[in-house]
Amino acid sequence: MRFEASEEQAQIRDMVRSLARKEFAPKAAQIDEEGRYPEENLKRLAELGLLGMLVPASHGGSETGTVAYAIALAEVAGGCASTAVGMAVTNMVGEGIHRFGSEEQRSRFLPALASGTVTGAFALTEPSAGSDAFGISTVALRDGDAYVLNGSKVFITNGSRAGVTIVMAVTEKEPKKRISAFLVLPGMPGFSVGKPEHKMGLKGSDTVSLSFGDCRVPKRNLLGAEGEGFPIAMTILDGGRIGIASQSVGIARAALDAATSYARERRQFGEPIASFQAIQGMLADSATELDAAELLALRAAYRKDAGAPFTREASVAKVFASEAAYRACHRSVQIFGGYGYIREYPVERHLRDIKVTSIYEGTSEIQRIIIARNLLGQGRR
Amino acid sequence: MVFDLTEEQRMIQEMTRNFAQKEVLPKAAELDETGRFPEELVRQMAELGLMGVAVPEGYGGAGMDNICYAIAMEEISRACASTAVILSVNNSLACDPILKFGSEEQKKKVLVPLASGRHLGCFGLTEPGAGSDAGSQKTTAVRNGDHYVVNGTKNFITNAPQADTCILFTMTDKEKKHKGITSFILDMKTDGVTVGKNEKKMGITASATASIILEDVRIPVENRLANEGDGFKVAMHTLDGGRIGIASQAIGIARASLEDALAYAKERKQFGQPIANFQAIQWMLADMATEIDAARLLTYRAAWLKDRNARHSKESSMAKLYASEAAMRASVKGIQIHGGYGYIKEYPAERHFRDAKITEIYEGTSEIQRLVIASALLKD
Repeated sequence: MRFEASEEQAQIRDMVRSLARKEFAPKAAQIDEEGRYPEENLKRLAELGLLGMLVPASHGGSETGTVAYAIALAEVAGGCASTAVGMAVTNMVGEGIHRFGSEEQRSRFLPALASGTVTGAFALTEPSAGSDAFGISTVALRDGDAYVLNGSKVFITNGSRAGVTIVMAVTEKEPKKRISAFLVLPGMPGFSVGKPEHKMGLKGSDTVSLSFGDCRVPKRNLLGAEGEGFPIAMTILDGGRIGIASQSVGIARAALDAATSYARERRQFGEPIASFQAIQGMLADSATELDAAELLALRAAYRKDAGAPFTREASVAKVFASEAAYRACHRSVQIFGGYGYIREYPVERHLRDIKVTSIYEGTSEIQRIIIARNLLGQGRR
Repeated sequence: MVFDLTEEQRMIQEMTRNFAQKEVLPKAAELDETGRFPEELVRQMAELGLMGVAVPEGYGGAGMDNICYAIAMEEISRACASTAVILSVNNSLACDPILKFGSEEQKKKVLVPLASGRHLGCFGLTEPGAGSDAGSQKTTAVRNGDHYVVNGTKNFITNAPQADTCILFTMTDKEKKHKGITSFILDMKTDGVTVGKNEKKMGITASATASIILEDVRIPVENRLANEGDGFKVAMHTLDGGRIGIASQAIGIARASLEDALAYAKERKQFGQPIANFQAIQWMLADMATEIDAARLLTYRAAWLKDRNARHSKESSMAKLYASEAAMRASVKGIQIHGGYGYIKEYPAERHFRDAKITEIYEGTSEIQRLVIASALLKD
């Protein structure tokens, strides 16, 4: 056990913290208000090597490992949650291609993803297949040297601007349903992007539906073996959950910091409200739960880097962090009182932003089932 | 960041887990029922070096780190929370303050027998009128030549009836409030020391809890621990460490709740299938396991900081607050999963619930932990 960041991890944390506080945080309210994609932020992240943290240097990545990635993502999320989710998905796609792709696919996509010239997206969810991810109905039929995709995807982060999207589609229905993963590029005939969704929070992130109408995807864009898509998707999501747990911690720490400063300044009954036990208790609970959440996220990251099984640990981190973070954001609004409800202060945005973390990349309900099956000796390990 | 146990930590985990399973667990229900002090288990734990886990070997201890101590506490608590608190008080509240604040002579004379388990220790801070407000000590110590004369009453003292040694807190200068508190190493056989009757408790019934009445007790000056007026500092430092022990105790109890409920849920059939198949049950199990993991990481972090002599007051409070409240929630779920059987003493689930409750109260209530944490946050 060693509960301190390595020198490299600490350097990354300090660098990203300063970037997020100086450059991202001041613009976060405006990005939220306008629902504008924070392109310039993603560009800064790319320059600093933060979009290919899980990609080897030989393919243009910074290869910092998952612990450093989790630390960096939390810092970015503290500045701007929309920027963080964009960063998370591109990193996740890079890692997926690195892990499951052919050498040709790696050389074709990884340097572009890591350098930020190409954004990544991950398309699993469909209108009728959310938690029941295996229930997807987008099909991919083999036709010569291509697959023909038909169907639609919803709620795809980075979807409208992605240079490469990992798309899950059914390649075999009988006797056993099998799913395969494809690398779909913009401009492929029959591939179209729907209009942006209006969301409660994370308004600067790009969320769209995707449609495939006889979309021909060359066979060389099959990711992994045919029929292996579902385990690929689950493995990618295991890693993704560490990212969402970290994003949650980052957003909620920003909310806690804001509430702590406010409690010191705001006076009622002749004294700062920080001197009241009711307020102190809320601050203490948030700080305690966020420390626990951070440790759970870093433990899952550590196990992933060590090559140890981490499915359960990633789900534990994700469900705990997203729910603890929600409680912390909620308490922060409460500490601000009426001002917490007003857009002049950031905490209502934090509360709107945090809500999605217990939904996307597997709802809390799904995480609990993964954890329970694991305890019962039924799950993947 | 490294989240693996060291070789030594793994070794003590295996050793204490085996011991707890084989020797402690089979007796836990009987100990709870009779409230008998588990003298033979304390002797066995002493032989295993568990009475002074983090005390250097030169002073009679096992010379391990505080994560080893947390691991040992969790494993013993998994089997029997009463037995574990005896261990916790001796390690954290008796050995640790002497190790940190004692003179070389005090260490040789008092720490060696405590850490090796020949003697048993207790900690006399709480009074009838001084619980969370530990600074308002009424017990007085008046200097008289080469000794102090002590008068007062201590309340809810774990191990008091069996203890050979007490880390005692007294007021030597009332004007200075908590800065007028002075700590002593009291030989429990000293004239004027009387132990009250054993309290009947809701849980941890096999650990003895009694008052200590002090009437004109003469304590030699050489038995003063640290300087006059340093007592509050001694108490707070000691409790920072103690909270790591109680957090670990809570984790052990929560694990017992989870493991028992898990086994039951796999066997118990309703609606034609094991209840473990139902999402309602799966959720409870998942929440228990998740919160146990969170509590354990907070606790190991605090122990790790303590080993480095780093400040760990906030972190210990976080561990203790979170672990104790998680244990309470886990033990309620454990009963709920057992249904009616959970309410019956034939199953251990209700004992875990009764045992868990104290972890939210002793060595600083949850309410006090929140104040400690908030004051650290507001200072930053």
